[in-house]
Amino acid sequence: MGVHVIKLPDVGEGVAEAELVEWMVKEGENVSEDQVLAAVMTDKATVEIPSPVEGKVTWLGAAIGDVVAVGSQIIKLEVDGAGNAGPEDAAPPAEKPKKPAAKKTEEKKPPPAPEPKTEKPKAEKPQTKSAPVAAAAISGAPRKEGEKPLASPAVRKRALDAGVDLRRVAGGGPAGRITHDDLDAYFQSGGAAPAGASRVADISVKEIPVIGLRRKIAEKMTVSRSRIPDIVYVEEIDVTALEDLRSKLNAEKSADRSKLTLLPFLMRAMAKAIADQPQMNSLFDDEAGTVRQYGGVHIGVAAQTDGGLVVPVVKHVEARGLWDCAAEIARLADAAKSGSASREELSGSTITITSLGALGGIVTTPVINHPEVAIVGVNKMRVLPQWDGSQFIPRKMMNLSCAFDHRIIDGWNAAVFVQRIKSLLENPAMIFIED
Amino acid sequence: MDAIRCKLLVIGAGPGGYVAAIRAGQLGLDTIIVDAEALGGTCLNVGCIPSKALIHAADEFEKATHFAGDNPLGVSAGKPKIELAKTVAWKDGIVNRLTTGVGGLLKKNKVRVVEGWASFIDGKSVTVKTKDGDQRIRAENIIIATGSAPVELAFLKFGGDVISSTGALALPAVPKKMAIIGAGYIGLELGIAYAKLGAAVTIVEAMDKILPTYDKDLTRPVEKRLKALGVEVILGAKAKGLSKDRKALEIEIDGKDKAIPADKILVTVGRRPVTEGWGRENLALDMDGRFIRIDDHCRTSMKGVYAIGDVTGEPMLAHRAMAQGEMVAEIVAGENRRWDKAAIPAICFTDPEIVSAGMSPDEAKAAGFEIKTAMFPFSANGRAMTMESEDGFVRVVARADNHLVLGLQAVGGGVAELSAAFGLALEMGAVLEDIAGTIHAHPTQGEALQEAALRTLGHALHI
Repeated sequence: MGVHVIKLPDVGEGVAEAELVEWMVKEGENVSEDQVLAAVMTDKATVEIPSPVEGKVTWLGAAIGDVVAVGSQIIKLEVDGAGNAGPEDAAPPAEKPKKPAAKKTEEKKPPPAPEPKTEKPKAEKPQTKSAPVAAAAISGAPRKEGEKPLASPAVRKRALDAGVDLRRVAGGGPAGRITHDDLDAYFQSGGAAPAGASRVADISVKEIPVIGLRRKIAEKMTVSRSRIPDIVYVEEIDVTALEDLRSKLNAEKSADRSKLTLLPFLMRAMAKAIADQPQMNSLFDDEAGTVRQYGGVHIGVAAQTDGGLVVPVVKHVEARGLWDCAAEIARLADAAKSGSASREELSGSTITITSLGALGGIVTTPVINHPEVAIVGVNKMRVLPQWDGSQFIPRKMMNLSCAFDHRIIDGWNAAVFVQRIKSLLENPAMIFIED
Repeated sequence: MDAIRCKLLVIGAGPGGYVAAIRAGQLGLDTIIVDAEALGGTCLNVGCIPSKALIHAADEFEKATHFAGDNPLGVSAGKPKIELAKTVAWKDGIVNRLTTGVGGLLKKNKVRVVEGWASFIDGKSVTVKTKDGDQRIRAENIIIATGSAPVELAFLKFGGDVISSTGALALPAVPKKMAIIGAGYIGLELGIAYAKLGAAVTIVEAMDKILPTYDKDLTRPVEKRLKALGVEVILGAKAKGLSKDRKALEIEIDGKDKAIPADKILVTVGRRPVTEGWGRENLALDMDGRFIRIDDHCRTSMKGVYAIGDVTGEPMLAHRAMAQGEMVAEIVAGENRRWDKAAIPAICFTDPEIVSAGMSPDEAKAAGFEIKTAMFPFSANGRAMTMESEDGFVRVVARADNHLVLGLQAVGGGVAELSAAFGLALEMGAVLEDIAGTIHAHPTQGEALQEAALRTLGHALHI
C-alpha cells in the first residue's frame, strides 16, 4: 500500500491560487480512476480535479471555502503499489492549510501557504492497517452505475417509509451495503425527503454556505445595487419584420453557420446606437471619479449555468458581422456551460445584455453589471393585437427593459438610446446600412 | 341484490390471497376475500402441504422397510404395511386444521369471506356465484390471486387412471405400477414417495435431464437416489398417449415406440396460470405471455387492480405469492412499498432435498459477475454422518471483487430448512466474511454453510 498525493494543479494562466468550492469525496471513501474529487474556482472558471488513480481517500487538505495555492497538497489516496509520495509526503497530515480565519475582515489577504514539510519526515510509515487484502476490497467500494443498492430489508423499509431512494445513499458497509448508520447520516446531511404520502410540517433548516461562484455573484449584485442609482426604461418593440428576416436568413443559411437568434441583431443594433452615444459603452470608476469610455464594444451576455450566472463576453462587436456575432455567442455559451470558458472570455465587458428567452417575462429590472453604465434586458416575444389605423392586426411584440447608471446617463439619453435600438430593430434593414 | 362495497377485494384464497387479506385486515382495511373452494388454495389443499404429508409417510414407511432388512444401526423390525386410505385421511386432517386456521385468522382480522366463483363485471366490481345466488361486490381495489392449475395434455386428459398431482394425493391404495410424465420437482417428489411406498415407478421426461432448472451438481445426488430406489427414468422421451387396453403409457424414444405398463399415469408437466373463467375479457389487462403483466408494485395495467402469485409468473411459489400479497395490502393501505426482494428460495422435496436461493454459478457468470464459488460436502460433516445422510453439499457463489454472496445452494437430507439461512444471508446482503464469521452450532448440517463460505475464502477448516 502506498500513498498517492494529489496537488492542486495549475488551473489557469497566471493563477496562483484557487478557492476550493466542493468536495465530491470524503475521507475513507474509495475512488476510481477519473472520478472527480473536488472542484476549485478561480475568478469565474470552475475546474474539476479528477483522480489520476484508484484508491481510498485518507486525507483531505482543505475545507470548502479555503483558498489553496497551486502546487499544494490537497488529497492523499491510499493506493495499491508504491504510490507517488516521497518520505515527506507520507508524514501524517498534521498541517492542513488553515482556514483563513481573517478572511471575513481582510478579504484580499492571501491564505497562509501550506507548508507540509515543517514536521520532520517520519521514516516511511505505512498505514498501520494490516487487514487482509479482502477487507479493503469489500468495504465501501463505490457502486457502479445501474447496480442495485445493497441493504437489509429493515433498512430498505425505513428508506421506503421516508421516501428515500436508496440509490442516492452511499453505503459504507461490506460490499457497499447501506446500513442504518448510513441512512442516519443521509438524513442528517439533509438528504431526507419529507415522508412519502402524508403531508407533514417540515421544520428542517438547511444551511448552505454561500461560496464560490454564488459568493461572487452575491458580492457583485450588492455592489451594483448599493452603489448605482439606476433608471429603468421599458419600451416595446415590434419585431415582426426582424423575425421575418431572421427566419429567412436561418432558412437559407449554409450548414456551417450557427443558427441566428435575436441576440446578434440586437448586438449589431447596440453597436450602431453606441456609435451615436458612446457614453453608453463605458466603465465608471466612481472611486477615482473617472468614466472610461471604450472604443471597442464588448458586450457581455448573461448566461445561466448549473453553477449560477456567468457573463461571457463577445469582444469587439463593432468589428463583427451578424454571423460572426452569432458564432461567437454560440461558442461562448457552450464554453460557459461546460465550465471551460477562460478568464479572458468571462471578463472585459463594457455593456451587457441579459435575456431569458421564453422565460423573459414582460418587464424586468436588470441589475447593471458594475462598473458598466448600461444593461439591456430582453423580454419575451409574443403575438399581440396592434391597431394599424383601421383594424387590429397580429404583430410579434417584445419589450426591452434597460437600466442605466443615472449618475452618468440622463433619462433623456437613456430614452434616445432605447428609441434608436427600437427604430433599428423595427426596421432591420437599417442595421445593415452603412452610414 | 344490492352490491356489497369494500375497500379491498381479494379474488382467490390461496397463500397469496389469504395473506393479502389478513395483512389488509391488520391495517384496518375493509376487506372481502372470495374463493369457490376451500381456503388455502392449491398450497394447503392439493399442493405444498398434502404432498409433504405424503412424502413424510413414505419416508417413514421406507425407514421401516429399511429396518426390516439388514442395517448398520442394528435395528430390526417386521415387514411394514401401509393402509394408504388411512394415510390420506391423516393428511386430510392436517389440511383441515390448516384451512380452518386460515379461516380463523381471516375472521380475527375482520376479513369477510364470500364463498363462490367470482367473475369481473368491470375493473371495480365482480359478481360472485354463491350457493344463495349471485352477489355483486364493488371494491375500490381488487387483487387477482387466481393461482395456477396443472397443465393437462390434450392426448392424455385427466380422468380415470390418468391423474394430476391432485389425484396423486388422494389415491385409495398404492398403485403397483405408476408412470409419471415430467421429471420436474412435482413429478419427482411424488414419484419418489410412491416408489418408497412400494410402487414400481417409471418417470418419462422429454428433456435430457431431470429437474431441468437445476444444475447437474445439484441433481446428481437425486439421480443416484432414484437409481437406488429402483425408479426408472427415461429421458428424451415423448409421451404419446394411453395404449388401446388403457393399461400402459405409450412413449416414443429415439424414434421407437415403447409401452410402459401402468396402473396409474401421473401427468406433471407443469402448471398454467388461471387466467380464464373469471371475466378477464371484461377487463383491459396487459398480459406477459401466459401471465398477467405486473410492475414492481404488483399493479396491473388497470388502476386499482393488482395481481399476485402464480397468475403473475414464475417462480410459481407460495412464498412469493405471500410476500406479494403482504406488499399489496400495505400499498393499498397507503404505505410506500415496492418489490425489492433479493431472493426467492426454491426447494425440491425430493430425496435428497435440493434448495437454491439466488444465483447458481452459471447464472452469476451469465449476469456478468466474476465469481468465487466453493462447495462443502456433507461427507465431511459430522451431523450428516450420524444421520446416514452423507450425500450432497452446500455451495456458495459470491462476487470475486467484494465477496457479496450472490447465491446459495444445497442438496442433501433435510436441507430444505437451510433455506431460512440462505434467504436471510442474501436478503441482508451478506458477504463471505459474514457467513464465515458467524458461529454455526455444532453438530449440525448448517456447519456446511459456514465451511463452504470459508472454503470460498480459501481456508475451510474441516476439509
